[in-house]
Amino acid sequence: MKIIVTVKQVPDTSGKVAVNPDGTLDRASMQTIINPDDMNAVEAALALKDELGCKVVAFTMGPPPAEGMLRELMAMGVDEGVLITAREFGGSDTYATSQIIAAGIDTYGVEEDDIILAGRQAIDGDTAQVGPQIAEKLHLPQVTYAGEIRKDGRTLTVKRMLEDGYMTVKVQTPCMITCIKELNQPRYMSVGGVFECYQKPLVTMTYETLKDHPLIDKSTIGLAGSPTNILTSFTPPQKGAGMMLEGDGKETTDHLAGILAAKHII
Amino acid sequence: MDFHLSKEQLLVRKMYREFAENEVKPLAAEIDEEERFPAETVEKMAKLGMFGIYFPKEYGGAGGDVLSYAMCVEELAKACGTTAVIVSAHTSLCCAPIFENGTEEQKKKYLPDLCSGRKLGAFGLTEPGAGTDAQGQQTTAVLDESGEHYILNGSKCFITNGNVADVFVIIAVTGKTTDKRGRPMKEISAFIVESSDPGFSQGKHEKKMGIRGSSTCDLIFEDCVIPADRLLGKKGEGFKIAMKTLDGGRIGIASQALGLGEGAVEEAIKYTRERVQFGKRISQFQNTQFQLADMHTRMQAAQFLVYSAAMKKQNHEPYSMDAAMAKLFAAEAASDVTRRAVQLFGGYGYTREYPVERMMRDAKITEIYEGTSEVQRMVIAANLGVK
Amino acid sequence: MAANFNSADIGAFKNVWVFCEQRQGVMMPTTFELISEGRKLANELGVELCGILLGDNVDGIAPELGKYGADKVYVYNSPLLKDYTTDAYTKVITDAVEEIKPEILLFGASNIGRDLAPRCAARLHTGLCADCTHLDIDMPNYKGFLKEASTLPEDRIEKVGTVIINREPHAVDRDLKMTRPAFGGHLMASIICPRFRPAMATVRPGVMKKRECPKTAEIIHPAFELSAADIKTEVTEVVKAAKKLVDLIGADFIVSVGRGISKDVEKGIALAEELASELGGVVGSSRACVDAGWITADHQVGQTGKTVHPKVYVALGISGAIQHKAGMQESECIIAVNKNETAPIFEVADYGIVGDLFKVVPELTESIRAAKNAK
Repeated sequence: MKIIVTVKQVPDTSGKVAVNPDGTLDRASMQTIINPDDMNAVEAALALKDELGCKVVAFTMGPPPAEGMLRELMAMGVDEGVLITAREFGGSDTYATSQIIAAGIDTYGVEEDDIILAGRQAIDGDTAQVGPQIAEKLHLPQVTYAGEIRKDGRTLTVKRMLEDGYMTVKVQTPCMITCIKELNQPRYMSVGGVFECYQKPLVTMTYETLKDHPLIDKSTIGLAGSPTNILTSFTPPQKGAGMMLEGDGKETTDHLAGILAAKHII
Repeated sequence: MDFHLSKEQLLVRKMYREFAENEVKPLAAEIDEEERFPAETVEKMAKLGMFGIYFPKEYGGAGGDVLSYAMCVEELAKACGTTAVIVSAHTSLCCAPIFENGTEEQKKKYLPDLCSGRKLGAFGLTEPGAGTDAQGQQTTAVLDESGEHYILNGSKCFITNGNVADVFVIIAVTGKTTDKRGRPMKEISAFIVESSDPGFSQGKHEKKMGIRGSSTCDLIFEDCVIPADRLLGKKGEGFKIAMKTLDGGRIGIASQALGLGEGAVEEAIKYTRERVQFGKRISQFQNTQFQLADMHTRMQAAQFLVYSAAMKKQNHEPYSMDAAMAKLFAAEAASDVTRRAVQLFGGYGYTREYPVERMMRDAKITEIYEGTSEVQRMVIAANLGVK
Repeated sequence: MAANFNSADIGAFKNVWVFCEQRQGVMMPTTFELISEGRKLANELGVELCGILLGDNVDGIAPELGKYGADKVYVYNSPLLKDYTTDAYTKVITDAVEEIKPEILLFGASNIGRDLAPRCAARLHTGLCADCTHLDIDMPNYKGFLKEASTLPEDRIEKVGTVIINREPHAVDRDLKMTRPAFGGHLMASIICPRFRPAMATVRPGVMKKRECPKTAEIIHPAFELSAADIKTEVTEVVKAAKKLVDLIGADFIVSVGRGISKDVEKGIALAEELASELGGVVGSSRACVDAGWITADHQVGQTGKTVHPKVYVALGISGAIQHKAGMQESECIIAVNKNETAPIFEVADYGIVGDLFKVVPELTESIRAAKNAK
């Protein structure tokens, strides 16, 4: 039995983000971090490893610096890393990305009692699409928004969170589960883990590695393989100086409530 | 001379920073206020391997290096001086002497528990009559008639981790001997004492100016019986072992001072950027800028001295003078920098709402323990051959 | 997937569809927002708006969709559709799409929508855009939206209209333009799905306006196939949980009290609680109130309290001294109410009201309640 975790290195969008004079995002100003929901997936995998002694393999699709992230995960306890990286894969939307990662996982091999864990969504794309789409391409059942996972043989019992409660869902391995923040508290790298992580195995999968997989060819990857395209992108107008409202009566509060509603703040 | 950190060192420092920010910083004010030993943090640090950073895996250590250990103390100290010294005293003053001087049996018996943090360590050299004058040792260790036990009598004071440790490296007088010139002197030896040994007890927690959550107390030996195989190193080598141990300890304390000073500079930069007086942020005044420039430069210089001493120790090069310079400089810099930080904060800095007054109180001890700044000067001068 | 289904055959797809999410036989409010939005898009394209509704015996909730402008509702009833499962819902929806071929398919971006839509899009080999806050077909309307919502220069906006797809120019006039936030909201992107149909989008609940457009929707029950063997998960229970105690750190909305409540502490806190409740948030406090014993320390925001980053921080009767600011100045939207117009809090506030909080807060609570109901 092994656990596959899909992870993504993302810019830290949760803090202050600088905007260039021309209105584009200053991506260099953002620190790169491991996507937070993915850390919950990694922690879930490591907790199962602590319990069952299984292997944990982390998959990521990204540019070469993503190797650093895989090493960090290894310092936390992940056993192996797979870096899917190629110029040809660049420009992929979620559909193409899911195909590529699915091809990579399929090439690595999925066994009957394996589990695939992913974070619910990445903080750059914010789509939550890749997990379910990988599951579809691998023909695996999925349970998303996992707030709790328990394993009993090949059956996983998952608390699938809803906005106002949850559903308890049972699913058999092999399957895909996407994880949310409430699932657990991710562990830190350990000192011993750091001093071993660069010795652990790391596999690189390029276009050459995957091109013979049925899901992959030039028309299914990159921009060519992306059903969606970006028409325009823009930064919303920046927060200016504060606005002092006139008066203190009902019209004033109505005015404020109107502003908040128009900005979808309430 | 390569000042670059290795991949592993960069990665482990990242972990220390995240840990210090998320786990240590939130508790720092509280454990100082309540003089509380942060047991919950110690448990977390133990799990992450922070209590045996540079010892080999075969003894339960994390397989890291001395500089990685120094950086750990540094990063912890940025958030909390107390938490930093817990790791430092345990590692440099207990694990290290056992690792460097112990028999294979002693290492296998004690290091796994110590490195995993299951047991904490401490070091007993200082006595009421023997501070800087360490040779003024009066605690005795007498071999009993059977030759199978030593009986210890006496007391140690100001022992860091005293009330929480289970394993102690204790320096005691085992007899009389003569020096190279034939003059009589004490024969001093080192021993491993466990908190469960009969006749051993710990005193009350010492209330201090700073590092208030750090456990500091007396160790009392009243016909304390320990098996003879607890002798650490050769009989009569105790003073040498103690001095060597303190060399390593100085790197730890220098790292603690380094972190305290660096932490204070960071806090001062943050505050001066927000505080508005005379219609301007006070960071816009040249005095503030010059102060911060000086503070940062001093701490950066300290960092080079500390890291250099750590690297020399790691490479098994002589490092005694380097450690002394690092501790001397870092401790005095930390005291200076933290005091200036309080001044930059003005009235708010004097209140316990902000951390700089605690950093200032914490920094002072680094000029005193594990060899006062005066002792460091003695060591440096001696190494320079200045007699 | 049906062997002859080709999502690239754009011309074969017609009409706007909305997935009508229901739970336990109750239509999710966001469905009506989507129907209203779908009506707008269908009008701009000159096509029909249809709802697709899955469940067990849910015919009763279908007619209300007509009130908001649905021309048709395709209803699929089965005990196997009573509780949501990815497999059952994906199969029924994708089979229906393959057969009837809508050009647009909208879902609410609920926890369920965000599970279901990607699975459908992958199976149908088409594009999906998540969490949309704005949808357009009509180009002049879209350009108007860009002028208002972005910092793009006017000449850039005018040029929007054609993209190069596979080296050929492609006019985006009839493409659904799906605008949504990325990078944690720091960036907005308009996405199109030019080469495949249906163009799929999930839409944030509470963003689109509900608009009545009364029609009699034709209720249709197409034949469909679904068996237990199609469903690989088992739902053993559905539990509605009581609202969890929200902690200051994770709260999206915080209403904090300061020394300004001193003239009637109990009332001041009660007013703050009401406003917090209306916003769906929690009550915080400055140090002054905690020190005075008016409120417990776990509510304290500031240098010695908690540091918070809510969506909205309302500071009532708080002067805004530096220790308090340190704990809340990173909030996305700061609203301050204070009798003193020179109070430092107004320097960090996005919106400031100079007035007596005992007068302003009840009015504000009421205004917010009214604005929310109008949506």
